Order: sequence, then C-alpha cells, then structure tokens
Amino acid sequence: MLEIKDLNVHFGVIHALKGISLTVNNGEIVTLIGANGAGKTTTLRTISGLKKATSGQILLDGNDITALSAQDRVKMGMSQVPEGRRVFTDMTVLENLELGAYLRRDRAGIKQDLEMVYDRFPRLADRRRQIAGTLSGGEQQMLAMGRALMSRPKILFLDEPSMGLAPLLVAEIFDIIKEINKSGTTILLVEQNASMALQIANRAYVMETGSIVLSGTGEELAQSDDIKKAYLGG
Amino acid sequence: MEQFMQQVINGLSLGSIYALIALGYTMVYGIIKLINFAHCDVYMIGAYVGYACMTFLHLGLIPSLCISMLACMILGVVIEKVAYKPLRNATRIAALITAIGVSYLLEYGMMYFVKADVRTYPPLEGILSQSFHIGGVTLKAMQILIVAVTVVLMILLQIIVKKTRIGKAMRATSQDQDAAELMGINVNTTISFTFALGSALAGAAGILVGVYYNSIDPLMGFLPGLKAFVAAVFGGIGVIPGAMIGGYFIGIVETFVSGYGSSMYKDAIVFAILIIVLIVKPSGLLGKATREKV
Ligand SMILES: Nc1ncnc2c1ncn2[C@@H]1O[C@H](COP(=O)(O)OP(=O)(O)O)[C@@H](O)[C@H]1O
Ligand SMILES: [Mg+2]
Repeated sequence: MLEIKDLNVHFGVIHALKGISLTVNNGEIVTLIGANGAGKTTTLRTISGLKKATSGQILLDGNDITALSAQDRVKMGMSQVPEGRRVFTDMTVLENLELGAYLRRDRAGIKQDLEMVYDRFPRLADRRRQIAGTLSGGEQQMLAMGRALMSRPKILFLDEPSMGLAPLLVAEIFDIIKEINKSGTTILLVEQNASMALQIANRAYVMETGSIVLSGTGEELAQSDDIKKAYLGG
Repeated sequence: MEQFMQQVINGLSLGSIYALIALGYTMVYGIIKLINFAHCDVYMIGAYVGYACMTFLHLGLIPSLCISMLACMILGVVIEKVAYKPLRNATRIAALITAIGVSYLLEYGMMYFVKADVRTYPPLEGILSQSFHIGGVTLKAMQILIVAVTVVLMILLQIIVKKTRIGKAMRATSQDQDAAELMGINVNTTISFTFALGSALAGAAGILVGVYYNSIDPLMGFLPGLKAFVAAVFGGIGVIPGAMIGGYFIGIVETFVSGYGSSMYKDAIVFAILIIVLIVKPSGLLGKATREKV
C-alpha cells in the first residue's frame, strides 16, 4: 500500500532522513520505533506532505505522491494523528471531528462516521459540545484519533499516541489501535514506547539518527538482543 | 445628559469605522501572525474607489460601497500573493518590513496617480443629507447608515466565520496551520480568503469615511489605521469580537475626550490606553494569555 524509496530530507544543513526505505502492506500494523530525534516525526511529516523531501519517492498504491499537496494526500486516503495531538483547542469536540471530514461532501456518511467515532470513544460522545482545550491529555488523544478517522482513511499514521499518558490509558489507546486495524485500516505507528508497539505490530522498523538500522516482524525485534538493550530496558 | 448622548452617538459612528478596519488587522494577524501595515492603505484605496464611483460614474452610495469592497478585496488578495506569500517561511521581521514597504508603495503610488491634494466627495442628497433632532441631540442620517452598514457586515462576518466551511477552515488554520493541512484544508486559499474578507471591510470603512467626513487624501489611512490597530490590540489581537469591541471603545473614548476635554489630547489618550493595556493585560481584553509557540 505505502512504499517509501530512498527518502532524503534536510532542514537546512541538517540531514534529517538519510535515504530511508520502508513498506507498509495493506491491512498491516507497522511500527517505526527509535529514540528521540531519530527522525520518526520527520518521516511522517514528509509522508503527509507537510515537509518537502529533498529526494526519494513516496508511493501510495503504486502512485507517486511525492510532489502532491497535503490536501491531495488526504483525498487519496491518508490521515495522520500528529505528535502532540494538535487538536483545535478553541473549538468543540464536534467541530474538531467535523474538520476531520473537511474534504467529504457525503453528509449521511459523515453522520454515520461520527456515530462510529462516538461508539469507539464514548468519552467524546459525552463531551461533544465541550471545548477541546479543556479535555484531558487522554481525551485529546482520542479526539485526535477520532478526527483522523473522520476522513475514512485507507492508511492511518499515528505519531507517539502514548506520549504523556498514564499506563492504563496507553493500554486503552493501543487496544483501540488494534480495533481500528481490524476494521480494515492499515496503520503506521510511530512510537518511543517500543515494547507496547512491538506487541501489536506485524512488522517493525528501527530508526537511528535518520537511518533505518533494523527491520523484522514485531516478535523478531521484541526478541532481538540489540532492541532489548537499546529500547526495552534490558 | 444631552451632551453625553451626543458623544455616544458620535462615538458609535467613529467606532464603527475603527472596528471595520480593526477586523482586518486582527484576522490577518490571527492567521499568519503578521501585522499588515498596508491594511490602512487598502482602506484609503477603498475611499478613492468610492470617490470615483460616486463622482465620475454618479453611482449611489450602496452600489459604490459594493464596488469599493470588491476592489479592496482583490487588492488585498493580490498584496498577499505578491508580497507576503513568498515570505511565508521567512522571519517575521522580514514580513513586517515588507508590509511597511507595501504601505509606502500604496501611499506614494496613489500620490503619483491622484496627486496629494485633498479631494471631496460629492455632497449628499436626499434622505442621507438629513439630520434628526431628538431633544437636544442631533442624529445624522449618515451616522445611522454607518452604524447599520457596520452591524450588517459584522453579522455577515460572524456567519461566515462560524457557519461556513471556509470560515471553519479559517479558524482551524489560525489555531494550528499544520493540523489544518492534515485535515486537507488548503492553507493558501484560506489565507487569501482571510485577506479578501479583511480588505473588503476596510474598503467599506474607506467609502463610509469619505462620505461622512467628505475629504480624502492618499495619507488618510495612517492615523485611523494606527488607532484601529490599537483597537485590535486592545480587544486581543487575533480575536474577532475583540476587534469589534476595541473599535467601538476607542471611537467612544476619542469622542468623549474631544467632547469634554480637548481634541488636542484625543490621540494621545488613545495611545496612552494602548500602553496601559499592554502593561496590564498584554494579550488584550479577550485575548488568551498564550505562550509563544516554538
Ligand atoms: N523544524 C525543524 N528544524 C530543524 N531541525 C529539525 C526540525 N524538526 C526536526 N529537526 C531535526 O530532525 C531530526 C529528527 O527529528 P524528529 O523527526 O522530530 O525526530 P523524532 O520524531 O524521531 O524524535 C532531529 O535532529 C531534529 O533536530
Ligand atoms: Mg517525534
């Protein structure tokens, strides 16, 4: 479904992504793990069109989307839950969710998906008229995820959904990610919380200072000594 | 009491003008964090377009108002595309200096084309030239018209911003541009639209001032522009209702100072208010105390 070939990205003189390649197949959960500053967020921002690549290719279902605008990429079925949630803090929960469906015109379908999101995140249903800025961190994470689902994505990108959340909430969020995947959405999950991510992922890539240094199935990497040492605390 | 009511009426019509201009400053600041110094010159151009429509084309006030708003809308969009868009990722100070440059270009460009002389709008006719006397208070038809036009425009603006798709895109973009892009919002279109709205309001203010005060010149935008900017800061820059309240507040303060004190001090008082606001509540009346995003 998604294929990245030899992607290079620079911030001025900083070479943030040094020719990375990765693949996400239809229906998979793939995780990209790595330490802070490795380049995970930059990878997702480049995939979604917020950051221009210096060279390399991004293919979605075989189509080269490297030069497309962020808007066109959303139209093609890509959706992202950005790092730090980035909900629209001055707007209500409902308005945030409606913005997730910004490019859609099918009112009936939007309504249906709104109910789907409320089913999946009952806490959002109770707070639909509440201003997003007043939600707790966990609720904001759920809102960001619900908002991303409102575009009916084929592939969903999540950037550190566990960041700053209590362990119980993290477990809840990961359960929901699994469910979203089961209902047919392909997922690329970026995480620093490697142990949790490896548990739910079909495959995983490990990133270090702008390069992908390891890849394999979730289980393989969870067993790997290097990974245990570097990311799983022993 | 009569004197008081009279000042309130005068203050409301002046405040309407400031509010209309202030809205453009505040919306543009809200979305691209730029103080658009050229905004006050868009207002001036609006006054000239209205003048041309009424003097040479002999159009009525309302058709002239519409043409003036449309012309300013186009001008605002062109200014953004040509001068500010290329600097979207440059430092803020570069954009600010460019805005000052655009302001001078419009002022002295106009001076070249229409000369520096003050021009007078054709005298009002019919109902618009009337005044009504209620008790000891004089209410000019033009004052009613200014306030009415302003209120109608503000209501329209609120509907656009709150209810329409593009309005929601505007609010989303001004809160978080990256997140807005991730929703599939076209940020360029949204910014253009914001300039179009703000500039149209400035155009309306320009022609209303031309008709009401009767004289216009290429540098007429400077002082009202500055005061409208103070109004926007007073209300909380980036906050639309703040600009409305700020505009009326500054208008009323100004007429009261000239009415009861001396008109010599009115400008000084307005800027004193700005300084006090910046000290007491830097984010303005309705502004949120936000941290600078990094
Ligand atoms: N806006 C930016 N300007 C300059 N450098 C940046 C910017 N964003 C990220 N970087 C650099 O790119 C590298 C990767 O950052 P990032 O993708 O945020 O890593 P991660 O998400 O894995 O923590 C870091 O060295 C970081 O300093
Ligand atoms: Mg990151």
